[in-house]
Amino acid sequence: MDVESLYQDIILDHYKHPRGRVLLAEPSGESHQVNPTCGDEVTVQVALDADGHIRVGYEGQGCSISQASASVMSEMVDGVDPREAESVRRAFVELMHSKGAAEPDEDVLGDGIAFVGVAKYPARIKCALLPWMALHDAEVRAGIDTNAEGAQA
Amino acid sequence: MTPTLDVARIRKDFPILSRTVRNERPLVYLDSAATSQKPLAVLDAEREFYETANAAVHRGAHQLAEEATDAYESARARIAAFVGGRPDDLVFTKNATESLNLVAYAFSNASAKAAHGGDDLDPRFILSPGDSIVVTQMEHHANLVPWQEVCAKTGATLRWIGVTDDGRLDLDELDSVIDETTKVVSVVHQSNILGTVNPVRLVMDRAHQVDALGVVDACQSVPHQPVDVNALGADLVAWSAHKMLGPTGLGLLWGRQEVLSAMPPFITGGSMIETVFMEHSTYAAPPKRFEAGTPMVAQAVGLSAAVQYLEDLGMDAVAAHEHRLTGAALERIGALRGVRIIGPRENVDRGSAVSFVVDGLHPHDVGQFLDDRGVAVRVGHHCAWPTCRRYSVPATTRLSTYIYNDESDIDVAVEGIVAAQKFFGV
Ligand SMILES: Cc1ncc(COP(=O)(O)O)c(C=O)c1O
Repeated sequence: MDVESLYQDIILDHYKHPRGRVLLAEPSGESHQVNPTCGDEVTVQVALDADGHIRVGYEGQGCSISQASASVMSEMVDGVDPREAESVRRAFVELMHSKGAAEPDEDVLGDGIAFVGVAKYPARIKCALLPWMALHDAEVRAGIDTNAEGAQA
Repeated sequence: MTPTLDVARIRKDFPILSRTVRNERPLVYLDSAATSQKPLAVLDAEREFYETANAAVHRGAHQLAEEATDAYESARARIAAFVGGRPDDLVFTKNATESLNLVAYAFSNASAKAAHGGDDLDPRFILSPGDSIVVTQMEHHANLVPWQEVCAKTGATLRWIGVTDDGRLDLDELDSVIDETTKVVSVVHQSNILGTVNPVRLVMDRAHQVDALGVVDACQSVPHQPVDVNALGADLVAWSAHKMLGPTGLGLLWGRQEVLSAMPPFITGGSMIETVFMEHSTYAAPPKRFEAGTPMVAQAVGLSAAVQYLEDLGMDAVAAHEHRLTGAALERIGALRGVRIIGPRENVDRGSAVSFVVDGLHPHDVGQFLDDRGVAVRVGHHCAWPTCRRYSVPATTRLSTYIYNDESDIDVAVEGIVAAQKFFGV
């Protein structure tokens, strides 16, 4: 295991060219999360559009893993049904707890599969999860029902 | 002439330094400001204590209890002497954080008791609105958060001495920040994030001018330079065993006898009492007043061995060795393109913690690259978040050396920084 497998090209690309990195004009829920050990910060905002799809905005500062993860999150969940967003989020959380042994499903996680190597570095899992924790918290604050079918509470 | 350290010989005393990490890379340990490694002499001392003399101290009428008590109190005497203190003025705690809390709680406990009519309290420890507490802008959270709590409980105001752009205390503020309202001044001797060695004597003298008590956080100085608690001019001095080759689980608080005697207890219970009735109790004299419960005996014995080890090397030689390494680190890291040192760049009044930021790279990513090469450094805010904010950086990468490092360790780190810059294209 070396550092190149942690920093896959997809991660570097999202870090250098973040997708959807803007705040929403009218958020209905917002969450600011910090990683107190290293100072990574991310603010995630959510709202539902007229079709009932979730809109996601964010900004942040921090390491490549946390910021690339926020970019991937935005790419995967912005504009989708809240329950679908929740299943992506759960899949990502599960991937992070896999100790690097998982074979992630690209259909579900998209570019999120590039984070499989992160799960082998316990100190970096928190970085990768930060935006997804903020997403969940923002949804709760916005009162968005994310209960995916068959998902445990 | 100060003798130089034989690093190759010293390294043989630290088994952990010969292990490999990540892909069989030799370990390059540059995180001693967080915690130092432990020599065999310390491990042996703890083991021998457990094998031959383990018993509860200051209790029991048997021979083992006597021997354990003797080991514990002899350790106290040796550790106190190491910093020029008397054994009765040295309190064992869990770590420096607890030592500083013990002091902070003396103020909030005295203030709370005074509010309920307690009459045997020393007025120096009683705070009320209008009083001030002074720290600096380069404190470790351990010497900041406890004082914020004291202020919240007593109505006192927290003030701080600022820092200059080059990482020094702004001494121009000394006389205005510390004034007649000030009841306690608590400052770090050697900053764990900036590396600055502060002129604590000057600050303590100013504190005493206005009849305030003076506290020094000596966590990073006692392990790395000769420290005489009397010369610091402080009333109370806190530090930790684990940063000076000793075990975890042991902290130190030295105090002037008269000041310790005037302080109410912090943690209460067994071993710290004089007499106990159902309604009330009276307390033992220091240091026992501050050592409630069964203490860390084996750890004290371990630290005593660490002190012996450092004395054999000579603290002057330790300081000279680190001064040389600090010079090399400042020069080689400072010369890198796109790298900025946070803290004094001049190797004067400077400890071996060297913090830096790399343009376009987050410290976490720098640390990861170094780790990949076997180099252990600390990244983050180093428990000095307000200091990071002062320098407008979210975090830094920090390299810190000790007796078992040499210049080649710094070179490996420098190569890792350059490799990270290359990989990320910055
Ligand atoms: C300057 C300084 N003060 C206080 C502390 C707290 O020490 P400990 O964590 O051992 O209580 C540290 C180290 O972490 C430090 O470097």
